[in-house]
Amino acid sequence: MRKSTRMRLMKILIITGLLIGLVYALFPVVWMISCAFKSNTEVFTVPQRIIPRRPTLEAFSQVLTDRGKLRYFLNSYIIAMVTTAITLFVAILAAYALSRYAFRGKKPLNVFIIITQAVPPMTLLIPYFGMLVLFGLYDSYWALIVTYLVFTLPYATIMITGYINTLPKDLDEAVAIDGGSTWCVLWRVLVPISTPGLVATAIYTFLQCWNEYLFALCLTKSGEMRTVPVGIQLLMGQISYKWNEMMAMSILGSIPIIILFIFAQNYFIAGLSAGAIKS
Amino acid sequence: MNKKKMIPYFYLLPITLIFCILMVYPICQVIGFSVKDNVIVNPNPQFAGMENFSRIFHAPEFWKALGNSLKFSVVSLFFHITLGMVFALMLNSDLINSRFRGLVRALYIIPWTFTVSIVAILWRLMLNNSGIVNTVLGLSVDWFGDRDLAMKAVIFVNIWCSYPFYLISILAALQGVSTVYYEAASIDGANGIQKFIKITLPHVKPVLISLTLLDFIWSMQQLSLTYITTGGGPIGSTETVGTYTYNLAFKSYQFSTASASAVVMMLLCLVMDIFYVRMQNRVDG
Repeated sequence: MRKSTRMRLMKILIITGLLIGLVYALFPVVWMISCAFKSNTEVFTVPQRIIPRRPTLEAFSQVLTDRGKLRYFLNSYIIAMVTTAITLFVAILAAYALSRYAFRGKKPLNVFIIITQAVPPMTLLIPYFGMLVLFGLYDSYWALIVTYLVFTLPYATIMITGYINTLPKDLDEAVAIDGGSTWCVLWRVLVPISTPGLVATAIYTFLQCWNEYLFALCLTKSGEMRTVPVGIQLLMGQISYKWNEMMAMSILGSIPIIILFIFAQNYFIAGLSAGAIKS
Repeated sequence: MNKKKMIPYFYLLPITLIFCILMVYPICQVIGFSVKDNVIVNPNPQFAGMENFSRIFHAPEFWKALGNSLKFSVVSLFFHITLGMVFALMLNSDLINSRFRGLVRALYIIPWTFTVSIVAILWRLMLNNSGIVNTVLGLSVDWFGDRDLAMKAVIFVNIWCSYPFYLISILAALQGVSTVYYEAASIDGANGIQKFIKITLPHVKPVLISLTLLDFIWSMQQLSLTYITTGGGPIGSTETVGTYTYNLAFKSYQFSTASASAVVMMLLCLVMDIFYVRMQNRVDG
């Protein structure tokens, strides 16, 4: 076979393969969107169609007019944003030390940070439950903010350290010569330049907090404190399931992710691949 | 002079504090719980030695859960790497133009962005008795409710929502292989398969091994997906070490036994993580 024909065949094969993969990846998502615009009875009416026979917004309006459900969104936003802010602050400080200084205990600290990622969340759940009840923080924002820090900090620190490592040390020296303190070096020079890396870290951290389910389930109890992932699962009723509402809420609950994804896609991918290659 | 030396420690103070209070102390606590009796529910727990551990090691449910966890991890791992590799190779091909590649890559990541509870209820909808999957396949199976199928269904869903991580990682590794090698091989007359085995595989092997270990560690800890889709049933066929521990703690309130199980989980993951760190050091150094 001529080379160009073979290449063209390969190209068709590859594109077909990729399109099949797209169906595998996206059909469930398409189905989710489709069911969100159906009435609950139409969800299972045979023959099932992707485009609803009678598109309706009733699922969305039922979710958006329910104060309890709206509260879940508020909680998720607050917890994710506060955790991200604290994580960034603490991680920046730690990354500065790890990147710019050699000191006793540096290597063990690095190993420690990596090892913490091996502790199963389930193992921490039991003592956290006890501790939070003891301190009266159970079923509050702080319960989740405090627990999420442990999961977001290792990765954030690794990411930011890696990023600051790429910045030349001359910058530090220039500020030091002008009489600036280390605090100045960090916050006036290094941090502003690190914005891309910090944004990637912030997005990844936000995503981790927004999507977290297990601790949100166990460490909150009242409807006022629960977050979106738990709220969605709670819609699975005992008797009948309101599938269209669950799908509508899933879409609404994924909006921050979708927005971040569309506008900050490269950061997402940077975060994903940095983790694998670097770690 | 001394002040200068203290600087890095000052910057490390917040993170060290947080980790001591929220990681070191709780781990010590849970280990303490595992050798006591009736923790949390009883303000004065008694020391119980290895009784809790012996209880779980003698419980057939524990071993069944462990077996399920292993099955879950190994099968997921296999497909994660395989699918990731196949799609990464296709995406990496220079036969497709880069805008198409960028778009497709972005679309492939979408399943990974959803939180586990959304993924779980979406697939409960799709794999429902009257759901779309049964309609398309012409079956009438209760995927999550059937003892033989439930585990397969859970594994399938797990693969669907997490393979993008492996895809992107492998793709990044593939793109890091310099085209110079492939060009030189072409000149020498090598065909596609030879190039794959002799150039691609050796270069991505470290990443593959890295991903394998990470995936195994994560899969063994997994419990949310299983919990929401099947709750560990039917009849314990999808019970993993994670759901077993969770049910002990928050359904039966046997916090001591649950702590023992949690400690076992932690030790398993720690051992694997030590392998991982050793291996990384070997690659770097």
